[in-house]
Amino acid sequence: MGYGGAVTLIGDEPGLPYQRPPLSKAYLLGKMDATALSLRAESFFERQAIAVRHGCRVTDIERDARHVRLSDGSTLPYEHLVLATGTRNRVLPVPGNDLADVLSLRSLADAAALKAAMTGKSDAVVIGAGFIGMEFAAVASGLGLAATVVEAGPRVMARATSPQIGHWFEARHRARGVTFLFDTGVTGIEGRDGVATGVILSDGRHVPAELVLVAVGVVANVELAQAAGLAVDNGIVVDEHLLTADPHISAIGDCATSPSVHAPGLLRLESVQNAVDQAKSVAARLAGRPAPYINVPWFWSDQGPDKLQIAGLVGDATERLPIGAPDSGRFSVLAFRDGRFVGAESVNRPTDHMAVRRLLAAGTRLSPDQAAAADFDLATLVSASRAAA
Amino acid sequence: MPNVTYVQPNGETQTINAAFGASVMHAATSNGVPGIEAECGGACSCATCHVYVDEAWLDRLPPMGEDEEGMLECTAAERRPNSRLSCQISMDDELDGLVVRTPETQS
Repeated sequence: MGYGGAVTLIGDEPGLPYQRPPLSKAYLLGKMDATALSLRAESFFERQAIAVRHGCRVTDIERDARHVRLSDGSTLPYEHLVLATGTRNRVLPVPGNDLADVLSLRSLADAAALKAAMTGKSDAVVIGAGFIGMEFAAVASGLGLAATVVEAGPRVMARATSPQIGHWFEARHRARGVTFLFDTGVTGIEGRDGVATGVILSDGRHVPAELVLVAVGVVANVELAQAAGLAVDNGIVVDEHLLTADPHISAIGDCATSPSVHAPGLLRLESVQNAVDQAKSVAARLAGRPAPYINVPWFWSDQGPDKLQIAGLVGDATERLPIGAPDSGRFSVLAFRDGRFVGAESVNRPTDHMAVRRLLAAGTRLSPDQAAAADFDLATLVSASRAAA
Repeated sequence: MPNVTYVQPNGETQTINAAFGASVMHAATSNGVPGIEAECGGACSCATCHVYVDEAWLDRLPPMGEDEEGMLECTAAERRPNSRLSCQISMDDELDGLVVRTPETQS
């Protein structure tokens, strides 16, 4: 983008930057190794003169001095600081959560440990039926483990999906032998000789488990920002340009809370698309081309052979309309909030997903009545919207 | 290690030595070859790694799956008979010398 200054990338994980999505899918299945996960080859960073300080932890942001302090006591000055500290897994605060074979999944190190722990196991308990829990359940059942998913809420993926989508995926998992326990918590993890043997449920039942995956969500890594006096509200607070109250500090991705044109209030999104697009937005601003961040949120989740794609923010929709038949295995659910089209979930129907992304980006109006018409067709609406542009 | 050559719209080319099994997409993005965005990192979920495969190679590629077929309907640049998603093409010795052209746009 033409930024002329020196760039230093600091990360507390060992090794070069890598992408996380395959960690809960292809990597666990042995289809991708660590090298295939890398985002850029080492030679790329050298050619671009980007200094990569991996395995390096920042302990403080000293805003007055405009430098960061590292764990070895040294400092690195900045003209501009971009916080992309992401999130960390929420801990399940129950006895036994530190037994061997009680694992969580976020980093490559986590995934390597999980992959090794799965070898030779015949069953697993997954605590949490969000995206990570569901993707892991699909992998585990695919590898022949008997998986039981324990979820505190009433259904799967409740936070971010519609009941229609949740129930469809639940049925697909059940057909592959996965057991679901809803409205159930885990009050303890039992073990023998320091190794997990099962979980204790909130209703008192015991479920045997040779492996326990804790997938109960994440918390944003806001501590550095907070200690430096920056506002924090679920994430590091930024404005529509992804800038904090400090003109020399931006925040992006999973750790950043910002206003959005796509939903009321402040949002913190956990997705690759949000991380990548917010990064590009800040890079453009630093290279002299500022613009408010307005990108349409989108997301995908692969569970077994099924691909779920979500365009827009649909979790709090007030009306929903189906396109196609769930029984066919290819269908979408359009989402409206108080009569306004806000997005869609698509299952094995990428053309619908991409059409909805285009409609949202163009701000095309669509009412529930229009969408319910017998001759309604998304592709036609996209063409009309393009013609009108 | 098999080679893959990327031809840009302006005619510039880059030849990358790909790791065995690496996707044509990853070989490009990993080495900073322009013209391939790969927003989803190779999960067949974004249609921004679209390439036009050189005619001589088209029939030697592994066949297209349903996911790729669906996503190819959604590319920003015109879909042509030789359009493929580069995240779905894995490099091996049989594809040594593969040539692909990057489109004018990915978004």
